[in-house]
Amino acid sequence: MSEAVDPARAAGWIDPPPRKGFFTDTSICIGCKACEVACKEWNGVPEDGLLSMLGSSYDNTGALGASTWRHVAFVEQRSPTDPGETGRPGDFRWLMSSDVCKHCTYAACLDVCPTGSLFRTEFGTVVVQDDVCNGCGYCVPACPFGVIDRRIGEQGARNVGIAQKCTLCYDRLGAGSAPACAQACPTQSIQFGDVDELRERAAGRLAALHDAGMAEARLYGEDPGDGIGGAGAMFLLLDDPEVYGLPPDPVVSTRDLPVMWRRAGLAALTLLAGAAAAFVGGSS
Amino acid sequence: MAECHPVGFQWVMEAKARGAKVIHVDPRFTRTSAVVDTHVPLRAGTDIVFLGGIVNHILEDERYFREYVVAYTNAATILREDFDDVDDLDGVFSGYDPTTGTYDSSTWAYEEVEHRSDTADGLTAPDGGEGAGRSAPHEMGGHGAALDNGRVRRDETLQHPRSVFQVLKRHYARYTAKMVEDVCGVPPDLFSEVCEAVTDNSGRERTTCWVYSVGWTQHSVGVQYIRGAAIIQLLLGNIGRPGGGILALRGHASIQGSTDIPTLFDLLPGYLPMPKVDEHEGLQGYLETISTPQQKGFWSSADAYTVSLLKAWWGDAATPDNDFCFDHLPKLSGDHGTYQTVIDMLADKVEGYLLLGQNPAVGSADAKLQRLAMAHLKWLVVRDLNLIESATFWKDGPEIATGELSTEDIATEVFFLPAASHVEKEGTFTQTQRLLQWHHKAVEPPGDSHSDLHFFFHLGRKIKERLAGSTERRDRPLRDLVWDYPTDASGEPSAEAVLREINGRHLTGEKAGQLLDSSLEMRADGSTAGGCWIYSGVYANGINRAARRTPGQEQSWIAPDWGWAWPANRRILYNRASADPAGKPWSERKALVWWDEAAGRWTGHDVPDFEITKAPSHRPGEEVGGPDGLAGDDPFIMQADGKGWLYAPTGLVDGPMPAHYEPHESPVRNRLYRQQANPTRRVFRHEANYSNPSPPESGADVFPYVFTTYRLTEHHTAGGMSRWSGYLAALQPEFFCEVSPALARERNLEHLGWATIVSARSAIEARVLVTERVVPLDLGGRIVHQIGLPYHWGVGGDAIVSGDSANDLLGVTLDPNVGIQESKAASCDIRRGRRPTGPALLAFVEGYRGRAGITTATGNLQRTPQAAPDDPATDITEAERGA
Repeated sequence: MSEAVDPARAAGWIDPPPRKGFFTDTSICIGCKACEVACKEWNGVPEDGLLSMLGSSYDNTGALGASTWRHVAFVEQRSPTDPGETGRPGDFRWLMSSDVCKHCTYAACLDVCPTGSLFRTEFGTVVVQDDVCNGCGYCVPACPFGVIDRRIGEQGARNVGIAQKCTLCYDRLGAGSAPACAQACPTQSIQFGDVDELRERAAGRLAALHDAGMAEARLYGEDPGDGIGGAGAMFLLLDDPEVYGLPPDPVVSTRDLPVMWRRAGLAALTLLAGAAAAFVGGSS
Repeated sequence: MAECHPVGFQWVMEAKARGAKVIHVDPRFTRTSAVVDTHVPLRAGTDIVFLGGIVNHILEDERYFREYVVAYTNAATILREDFDDVDDLDGVFSGYDPTTGTYDSSTWAYEEVEHRSDTADGLTAPDGGEGAGRSAPHEMGGHGAALDNGRVRRDETLQHPRSVFQVLKRHYARYTAKMVEDVCGVPPDLFSEVCEAVTDNSGRERTTCWVYSVGWTQHSVGVQYIRGAAIIQLLLGNIGRPGGGILALRGHASIQGSTDIPTLFDLLPGYLPMPKVDEHEGLQGYLETISTPQQKGFWSSADAYTVSLLKAWWGDAATPDNDFCFDHLPKLSGDHGTYQTVIDMLADKVEGYLLLGQNPAVGSADAKLQRLAMAHLKWLVVRDLNLIESATFWKDGPEIATGELSTEDIATEVFFLPAASHVEKEGTFTQTQRLLQWHHKAVEPPGDSHSDLHFFFHLGRKIKERLAGSTERRDRPLRDLVWDYPTDASGEPSAEAVLREINGRHLTGEKAGQLLDSSLEMRADGSTAGGCWIYSGVYANGINRAARRTPGQEQSWIAPDWGWAWPANRRILYNRASADPAGKPWSERKALVWWDEAAGRWTGHDVPDFEITKAPSHRPGEEVGGPDGLAGDDPFIMQADGKGWLYAPTGLVDGPMPAHYEPHESPVRNRLYRQQANPTRRVFRHEANYSNPSPPESGADVFPYVFTTYRLTEHHTAGGMSRWSGYLAALQPEFFCEVSPALARERNLEHLGWATIVSARSAIEARVLVTERVVPLDLGGRIVHQIGLPYHWGVGGDAIVSGDSANDLLGVTLDPNVGIQESKAASCDIRRGRRPTGPALLAFVEGYRGRAGITTATGNLQRTPQAAPDDPATDITEAERGA
């Protein structure tokens, strides 16, 4: 683990409050979806259901998107070595996990935003300013998690065409409240707090589960040394990230831009030098 | 619990985090199963075998808490000689009358007191007592059944062959782990894990609790399921102690409250029985039939509770000279339960119907029967948050499509009145721990919406105004009724004034006008008034104790200053049992209340559930009844003998001990007895309520699958609060059935395709969710498939999402004790594709009935006839008897 960067300070905030984030402990999630509903209620996010079943276990939401800022995945899983006998659950598992924007330390969406609509808040979170966004959509492919999206809907409806995602309830944070999803979570699967403290809590919980024999438990997004510099929203998972629809090794998509620009610059310089040499040679 | 009570489930998760082992026994793999230590799937409708198997394990392996069992239960009590158990009588107890399908329970009683010469056989206690069925069992939410006398004969060695202990042991001897496998489909090693977990975690140092919901109650033997758990808990010493008990999770926020202050037809507040025509002439006659002064315990004060209630309702008009207006109470002339009322509607015996937050067109068993019946009403009032299907069935119900009803022919006048939700009004919720919690109004109800309190207050006020000049005797009860609740500017009555009336007050003497401290202050002479004796104390000293919210860290672990629990703010009932007979805690770890010898009183963390200065060594005189008749080691103070009942000598109408009967509709023959289903179940022979045949009847193979109905977290019951909310509707937008991959293969069902599910009543269509969460059950060689049906959807035009109702599939058959319908286990067929529509649907179901040979008599013979020679049940019984 490398030294954690404080993204608010890095973005120029002077003396910012401690970085805020989520620790979502999926081992105690009961899949009630209160987070999904509380998020929509508080943030006025419109309905996005197609009102038909997806057939993905109890999930009829599908994925995070412009109008889904919390999404609970339901994974029905049987160990491949256990075909399952009648009358006994065997190694069958029903995994549930509430996904959300990771509020990356190195946030590609923010990097690529040409209007400054996406910005780093004093809490270290990443927030879209609806009235600044011009709907260019550069942020959409930039996100390594597929979180942010432009809202689809009838012309004239709220924020249609505008990029939307979780704000970590920026308005509630400013008033000293916890985000709506964490407030609504009945089992404390979604925990809100200072990221430094949440990292410690996550490590403690992981150790407890390992001690209890759950060797498959692991943390996700807690490492400041990972490809996004660590997430503001970290997770405790009970299987590979892919099982939950999460990329196994996310990397900020703008990571290589400086190198690319340097190389492009070098190439340009080389070309320039070549051309110059030709001229010099020609004149001599 | 995680599925239907996710907020309460946080405490289970917290207990698990602290090391509690959590086991989930359920036909269905739910959100609860996902996070517990062990999930035990079993066949719906077989829990008595499962519970009986645990009882057998406890008794055979001698895992019971002997000191507790001997001292605090009726294990030592001697039964009459002429009691015969189900094994002696082909599956019925003694006293059964096959012509009426009812029991004369006199032979189930304790041995009579007169048999004193029997002391020669070495029995330690000389007295016996005869039980008499005084109250119906559904009238006993707050107390036990009455006995003529609290004195009983006991054999504390538990060796007497007619002791409850030995009778229980013989009764459950056949409920072996093998039987559990063959009936429930639970493999022996999994069952053994449960038995060991429960017994290892019980005793002096540890306690185990059981939590159940309607998955246990909604059966034709529902009450006996709970009795089964009660037997286990009493044998293991898990009643009256912290971490023990049997917790009923209710289907709505205040169902406990609505039985305490009842919406049930046969109860008055505080579980006083509703008087009956002929049976209850005059106040004295009524009181004599609900308790006797000779029996032990506090229920003998029922006279004070009754008179105080009458004074609360009729005030100054209630005097000793007129029996405190006892005759103003309506008297029951028969069964006025919800299902009988619906049958009566079909016979045009019911003119009007008020539905308050209830959607029977979707949410009641045999929903089609409900809709057909409501079309016979003259008027119907629906008070709800949304325009539910029960308010629109006359124009868009399924029967309009099939042609069974036509809008022009329905004369029912429907009044829809918008209701306020719980955040738009104030009042109390009472939850499973009997805890009253006050909720404040957060927002004003929109538009014309009003609280139920507002509706009833002004309805009563207007009726009283209309009757003001009446001289009719029949109008006196309403004219005399005290109806003076203060209202605010918007006309909303004060809910706190109602709670104060419920609490009760002194009417005369020095304390006249003061609120009662507790029900102990209630008197039978008219000097006190109180609307519900068990709630008395909630407003003591003028403080709304239900509204207290002292944080946990600012008070003791039992949290007495959060809300208020009936009775007397006691958090654990019968907590005298948390101490040993001498009054010392069974263990320090589980200390709750104890006897303080120096102070000469009971003390502890909780409010002692015992007379505060009665010493453990106290022994009453032989002829003393009432509270004074309780000995210092009789913890079950509302029971007529002061003991916890392993065996119920009276009070139940279908047997003194739980015996396994198959559901009314089952594809499986009863493995234990010739008797297939509960011989006292209440059946309704009606053309809108056909039953599928069950073995040994022919035709049962037409409906080879078991189905059960249930809820999803995303919706609330019949959907009135969730299918009109876009956010919730989108989370579970369509009616679906859950099937195992094996059943999907057997019936060629396609994931996300359609399936048609058929019973004798109707056929419904659902999207198919093939899931490994549903496992086929192996009943010792026979595979039984179960189908899961969430019941939230209904057919109508107003909700955001709609669909067929699972309740259309169910019939109406009732538990004889409490009249609850069997909606958690029934049989069906399932096939690929959508159902026919229009009149073709009727022909389709008719075809099934024809193939199965169904008439209104099918399935409804309560006593299973003598077995045919090829009936497998006969072989099993004979073989086992020989063994």
